Amino acid sequence: MSKVSTLRDAIANLVRPGDRVALEGFTHLIPFAAGHEIIRQRIRDLTLVRMTPDLLYDQMIGAGCARKLIFSWGGNPGVGSLHRLRDAVERGWPHPIEIEEHSHSAMAHAYAAGAAGMPCAIFRGYRGSDLVRVNPNIKFIQCPFTGEELASVPALRPDVSIIHAQKADRSGNVLIEGIIGVQKEAVLAATRAMATVEEIVDRFEGIGTNATILPSWTLDAVVDVPGGARPSYAHGYYARDNAFYVAWDAISRDRDSFTRWIDGVRNSGERS
Amino acid sequence: MTSPAYSASEMMTVAAARALGNDDICFVGIGLPSAACNLARLTHAPRLTLVYESGTIETKPTVLPLSIGDGELCETALTTVSVPEMFQYWLQGGRISVGFLGGAQVDRFGNLNSTVIGSYDKPKVRLPGSGGATEIATGCQRIYIVMRHNPRAFVPKLDFMTTLGHGPTGVERRELGVKTEGPVLIVTDLCTLTPHTDTREFEVVSLHPGITQEQVRSATGWDVRFCDTVVETQAPTTNELETLRDLNARTARAHGTVGGE
Repeated sequence: MSKVSTLRDAIANLVRPGDRVALEGFTHLIPFAAGHEIIRQRIRDLTLVRMTPDLLYDQMIGAGCARKLIFSWGGNPGVGSLHRLRDAVERGWPHPIEIEEHSHSAMAHAYAAGAAGMPCAIFRGYRGSDLVRVNPNIKFIQCPFTGEELASVPALRPDVSIIHAQKADRSGNVLIEGIIGVQKEAVLAATRAMATVEEIVDRFEGIGTNATILPSWTLDAVVDVPGGARPSYAHGYYARDNAFYVAWDAISRDRDSFTRWIDGVRNSGERS
Repeated sequence: MTSPAYSASEMMTVAAARALGNDDICFVGIGLPSAACNLARLTHAPRLTLVYESGTIETKPTVLPLSIGDGELCETALTTVSVPEMFQYWLQGGRISVGFLGGAQVDRFGNLNSTVIGSYDKPKVRLPGSGGATEIATGCQRIYIVMRHNPRAFVPKLDFMTTLGHGPTGVERRELGVKTEGPVLIVTDLCTLTPHTDTREFEVVSLHPGITQEQVRSATGWDVRFCDTVVETQAPTTNELETLRDLNARTARAHGTVGGE
């Protein structure tokens, strides 16, 4: 049975209030359109998981979708701060947000552990860092063979993971190319998962035998959303809209201009 | 050799670039480190290997990326791996010789804060956080720190220790049994500093041309030490400056912004 869906139905069926949701994409292929649909459907109380919360999570946090954020680097890449994240953390607007803060290595290992069905990740990390003091989910264990002290964090097991990719075929298999980040791990770690794609094709052409493909049976929905990663980029399709990343600094700096902008998202129709 | 006019920022980038060699495998951050690494690759170290945490290995960008995951990095790379693979096999696996780091605050032992100014629970300023820094600092064989020199950044005590240097009193890194060297160089827009062999406290070893010890003292939040034989940093050569400016101009044209900072 085809998993191809509309964006509205996919989000309504898969994302529920209170869920732990990961929208992944490491600078590349950030699923903006899917995140905006979550904003439009006013789904609240989410625990948002993402290694690099940037503009999309700033928008979702400012729109009031998030109760908690699990992350390892929060900023506007090449530009500066995330003003909506800072307003939520520093002043509790639109409401206070709980944060669980990690390092990139910890998050990457935790997604891989989730994908592998393990309860925790074990890695060499966090030594000497004050993050250990403020995040009770960072622990240390001893290697039973060498005695080395190693860091451990719980596996990341999102209720829903959402990614954007270049192509799906008619059966709903998804091809992802370029900087692939943690998307494969995020999908395999999740209870439910969906992908938006630039296009749906009859078959994948010109790919090597080791291409990164998520089989249709690892995904609950696939949605054709051309441009669904804008203003981030899609390798082979369009470049990053750097001007928007710069413009976001001014849009997001005060609550009124942000509210006007996000009302535009709320009032716009589904883009696909 | 002529000594053309240059900015303090250009001097900093050039001084950082010179610390890299052809045999280095370098974990690159965005901004100043990226400019320094690519300048090195385009001048004295053409075989320098650049690795970005987004997974791109042996990348040779013609313009500087605005973000750690720009398409330019992937398109010019030998190969691109996933982010978990990058942190597991390549960084944790001990395959990276040099990591560049910066932060909002550094102390005399090269410990770094990129998390908060003020208290963690009620921060005055919420900064981006660790990103890769916490494990870059212990996974790479050596760390170079590049930061602008001012009293708000060079502090006697960090508000938060995101990233281990030599430890709060200079001994903790060794006591924890971390096998990599940690920070061995700080390059600023005023001077360069290296850690004292025994105490691991960073001392000024070279002053950039025209910079006085007094300027460095007033820009440093602790009573900064100078080594016995402070030398003058060699001014940027014409080739270094032209290459850096070409790189910045290409970057600005490609991104439609001012690049290189």
